Amino acid sequence: MTVIEEFKDELPKNVLDLIKDEVESKKLTQKQTKEVLIKTKEAYERSKIEPGEAIGIITAESFGEPGTQMTLNVFHFAGVAEANITLGLPRLVEIFDARKEISTPSMNIYLKKENSRDIEKVKKFASMIKETKIEDVLLEISTNLTKGYIELRVDKKKLIVMGCKPSNLIKTLTTTLKKVTIKHKNDRLFLKPIIKMELTELYRLKEKVKSVIIGGVKSVTDVLPVKKENEYVIITAGSNLKEVLKLDFIDKTRITTNDIFEVESVFGIEAARQAIINEALKVIEDQGLNIDIRHIMLVADTMTSSGRIKGITRSGITGEKESVLARASFETPLKHLISASLIGEEDKLTSVVENVIINQPIPLGTGLPSLTTKIELPKQKKPN
Amino acid sequence: MILSKQIKGLVFGLFSPEDIKKMASVKLVTPELYDKEGYPVDGGLMDIRLGVIDPGLRCKTCGSKLKECVGHFGYIDLARPIVHLNYARSILDALNSTCVECGRVVADLDKIKKYMQKLERYEKEKKNELRKREMKLFSNALKNAKKCPYCNAKQAKIVLDKPTAFSENERKLSPIEIRLKLEKITDDDASLLGFNPKYARPEWMILTTLPIPPVTTRPSITLETGERSEDDLTHKLSDIVRINQRLFENINAGAPEVIIEDLWELLQYHVTTYFDNTVTQVPPARHRSGQPLKTLAERIKSKEGRFRHNLAGKRVNFAARTVISPDPKIKFNEVGVPETVAIELTVPTRVTEWNINWLKELIKNRKYPSANYIVRPDGKKKKITDETVDQLIEELQPGYIVERHLVDGDVALFNRQPSLHRMSIMCHKVRILPGKSFRLNPSVCNPYNADFDGDEMNLHVPQKEEAIAEADMLMQVKSHIITPKNGLNIIGCIEDTISGNFLLTKRLKFSREEAIGILLAIGVTDFSKLGKDKIVDGKSIFSALLPNDFNFIGYSKECKKMDRCLKTKCPIDAYVLIENGRLISGVIDKNSIGEDNGAILRALHAKYGEDITVNVLEKIFKLGIEVLLRHGFTTAISDTDLPLEVIEKIKEAIKAAEKKVQDLIKEYEEGKMEALPGVSLKDTLEMQISKTLNHVRNDIGKFISSYLSEDNPTVIMIKSGATASILNIVQMASCVGQQVLRGKRIQRGYRNRTLSLFKTDDLGPVAHGFIERGYKNGLSPAEFFWGAMTGRDSLMDTALRTPKSGYLYRRLANALQDIKVEYDSTVRDANNNIIQFNYGDDNIDVSKSEGGKINVKKIVEEVSELQ
Repeated sequence: MTVIEEFKDELPKNVLDLIKDEVESKKLTQKQTKEVLIKTKEAYERSKIEPGEAIGIITAESFGEPGTQMTLNVFHFAGVAEANITLGLPRLVEIFDARKEISTPSMNIYLKKENSRDIEKVKKFASMIKETKIEDVLLEISTNLTKGYIELRVDKKKLIVMGCKPSNLIKTLTTTLKKVTIKHKNDRLFLKPIIKMELTELYRLKEKVKSVIIGGVKSVTDVLPVKKENEYVIITAGSNLKEVLKLDFIDKTRITTNDIFEVESVFGIEAARQAIINEALKVIEDQGLNIDIRHIMLVADTMTSSGRIKGITRSGITGEKESVLARASFETPLKHLISASLIGEEDKLTSVVENVIINQPIPLGTGLPSLTTKIELPKQKKPN
Repeated sequence: MILSKQIKGLVFGLFSPEDIKKMASVKLVTPELYDKEGYPVDGGLMDIRLGVIDPGLRCKTCGSKLKECVGHFGYIDLARPIVHLNYARSILDALNSTCVECGRVVADLDKIKKYMQKLERYEKEKKNELRKREMKLFSNALKNAKKCPYCNAKQAKIVLDKPTAFSENERKLSPIEIRLKLEKITDDDASLLGFNPKYARPEWMILTTLPIPPVTTRPSITLETGERSEDDLTHKLSDIVRINQRLFENINAGAPEVIIEDLWELLQYHVTTYFDNTVTQVPPARHRSGQPLKTLAERIKSKEGRFRHNLAGKRVNFAARTVISPDPKIKFNEVGVPETVAIELTVPTRVTEWNINWLKELIKNRKYPSANYIVRPDGKKKKITDETVDQLIEELQPGYIVERHLVDGDVALFNRQPSLHRMSIMCHKVRILPGKSFRLNPSVCNPYNADFDGDEMNLHVPQKEEAIAEADMLMQVKSHIITPKNGLNIIGCIEDTISGNFLLTKRLKFSREEAIGILLAIGVTDFSKLGKDKIVDGKSIFSALLPNDFNFIGYSKECKKMDRCLKTKCPIDAYVLIENGRLISGVIDKNSIGEDNGAILRALHAKYGEDITVNVLEKIFKLGIEVLLRHGFTTAISDTDLPLEVIEKIKEAIKAAEKKVQDLIKEYEEGKMEALPGVSLKDTLEMQISKTLNHVRNDIGKFISSYLSEDNPTVIMIKSGATASILNIVQMASCVGQQVLRGKRIQRGYRNRTLSLFKTDDLGPVAHGFIERGYKNGLSPAEFFWGAMTGRDSLMDTALRTPKSGYLYRRLANALQDIKVEYDSTVRDANNNIIQFNYGDDNIDVSKSEGGKINVKKIVEEVSELQ
């Protein structure tokens, strides 16, 4: 497709790809293809954005106007009726705020092709991902006060299902708890502290034993296999991308999480940008709204262009603006004025609000171009 | 806009005591305001050297009158230094970072040098965040220093006892001592600590002189009784001056230290509350009535404060506001303006040789199309009155400006709040109409989100040629047909205009005479597309509005999306085909001409641009109305009447569903039900029940729609997409359906039951919000209550959501407002940081695209058809 190549620098890639597909499906001749390209270029030139366009404001408006139509209805059933996921306006706020702790972290884990068809197999893998505390496999736990030890009765069936051996169990217990010796007889485990403990301490130890994680991935509190097309996908409540990626039975290329900070720490800022776009798009589509992806991209780019995720809050993007007046006119004006006065900060009046405040044209749109010239002013008194 | 001066920047800083004295016009010495005659006392807080607020008086400093004089500062010398409340933290940091004895920064030269180098590097690389973090690290390290590297003095920790008291090793530090310590800090050391000594010496944070704001910032009000009521700030300032004077006297008289200390503290309290009366640790100063005073901080803060209310929000003249009402006969870009408004809003028109006679006529008129003022070239404004008319007409010559009344065709901006997007304020052409409301074409309601249930809108008249030109070129309604939100048309046909066109293109036929009559009524004079037959079908009439070279393929709302499209042979006429400006097949409905996705409008816009699109759209709009006017169209509650046998059938269906629910409940109670994956048994039951009950309403819907006639006006409205849905008919005619609260059937109420008239643990449909009756038959009390519950819930949801989404919008707007496309097509913020290299990766403006894309498919089709 040499004709299409010729227009490589004149049309954006996504448009060229579209042309390629269309031309191939319609089986156009070289001459016709060229004609298509020329016409497309004309259309493209017509729809190009103009310099000075205040796209920031347009983006804000594009979110703000439909925002009033979004529901506050927090929960949504993804797939069947399992893991509830926050959606709607609260979720959008959460994404744009760049909150570290999101209300419903969740992952979609795809398995390798050979593992993903059989429901029993999938269930087994799912249980291996789910965080399991010792509590979950116990039949009984008791403290022997006179002799000062803790006795556990383990459900062997459950252990087998999990694929965990008692010896492994003892190993994890000794490494996480330290300072205890463990003996085991049949399905009974006896935990004895090395140093003799007070009763209250023993109780505390018991509680600690209960919550020891013996299998699965930390903070993945629930798993549910769901059929999507012709394979099973594991949807989780709780997210831990880093640890799940270490598992060998999952398809690492398709795993997703809705925790943007986790994406950033594992895959970096570019991935985080894409995660913001995907998550915001998910909310908007779920609400049946139609907002162009360019707006979402602009927000995501603004949030991530500094190399780390900044929220759209008084401490994020707005709080780190150069202009004192821009910051002060948003929130907490006193704080900004006071710190500005000590540093002797200069406001260079380069953005919008400052110029509104001092009654000068704003550097956007028709206010952007400027021309300096000497005009001989008429010698009249200036009218007030 | 021509600017002769431009402000390049603003520098923030602290006032030194000398600065305060230098800018002051008077030193204040007495707390008294007025003498016995009610004249301001010299050296008092209302001293006329501080500016004038009374008519007739002249300012002693600048000699100007009221409104001309902006006011002048004064000052008082404080008897003892006072800590400035808002700088207390910074004072603490400065004290803890410097040596108690010698005042040097407690770090050795090596450390300082390294620190300076780091800062410089960050400055060069423009890494502001890192720079800030480094500064914080540095000052934190200083706080823990044990010994001064210069004078070897042992360092003590100074603590801030909020809000303004300091102590060192449990010993209270007086502001005098603190000020001495701060004075010791050298300029170099101060800049290490983040101060800019040129604009803010550390000791200036302790006040020794206090600037007194001009009276114009705290004007007093004269009450009806003739009494004067002073501003809150004046009250506070007089407290400060009074205590300050008493402190002076006591010090001079050599009063005991305790008394001086007490007065000093009192003065500190007054100054603190003068700056901020909402500090938590300090009891707020109050009026005699007990209402707290509003002092400086409250004047600046919050939505009603100086920043958001006065500085970022401006007030304007030449604006009007009144109720809006619809007028489908005016153009989209017109606004009906009542005469009462037109005589108040004026347009300044420069007198030239060409318009002087017209303007003279206007001035002579004295009644509506007239003028209000004449502005002479020297800027003097003269009101036109019955006495001055003749003289002013005589005087008028080119170069003068006449402020004439608004007339037809003038440019005005029309706006409805909340202004959520740029289409909330658009340019309309004025059309003077009788009545007292603004008139608006109903098709333009959508971008404003307006209706006519009492909405009010604002009208602004731009006054400068530049503003008029910009409004005309950029803000016209026609330029905003496509929204930048998603590239779809926000303006289209609505309601009756859709039903009209639907009926017309579906089945109506007119005699040739009638058809010509309709077309003439909407302003079309080209009848070539009507053909020569005596009877003209609706499609031909519609075709008469379209440009002759217009081609279009689309699908109507009824399209079932079959695997194989029968095209023009479609049994329900859903294939909309326009060839060379002729509607060959298909019914025109919401999908073709409606709001948000009017495919024909989109295609017109892409091919011919905004002018022709608006032109055609306006004609289509009028055609819809005209057709309905001639054909007649009525809707009534009887549209939803059903024959007995249908009602019986529906009843049976509902009964069957209820039976099925009972069976499910039985199954559940007997423990035979199996839980769905990831769901509890109870929830499984709930889901099954909801599914069954929702199904039944949908089934009824299908049943009713198959029964109702195509000629039923309500059905026409539904099928054309004008308004309503089949659900509305179902709810009226037979069954309102399951009420859903928080995603579930209604669960809450009394213990184990929803309302006291049900048995406990009743899981049946009626006990959990299923309304089996229709609105027309009337609801049972319980059913009515279910409806009220969900109704209230949705009202609450709206009320709670509006402020939340409003705040999100405000934050987004504030964060993104300075982002723009540069001439090199990069997207940058005000700081010239590049956000994107190309806007949206491809530089396409959404409002110039077709749904955010370039329609390649259409171009390919065009090209392949050319052969």
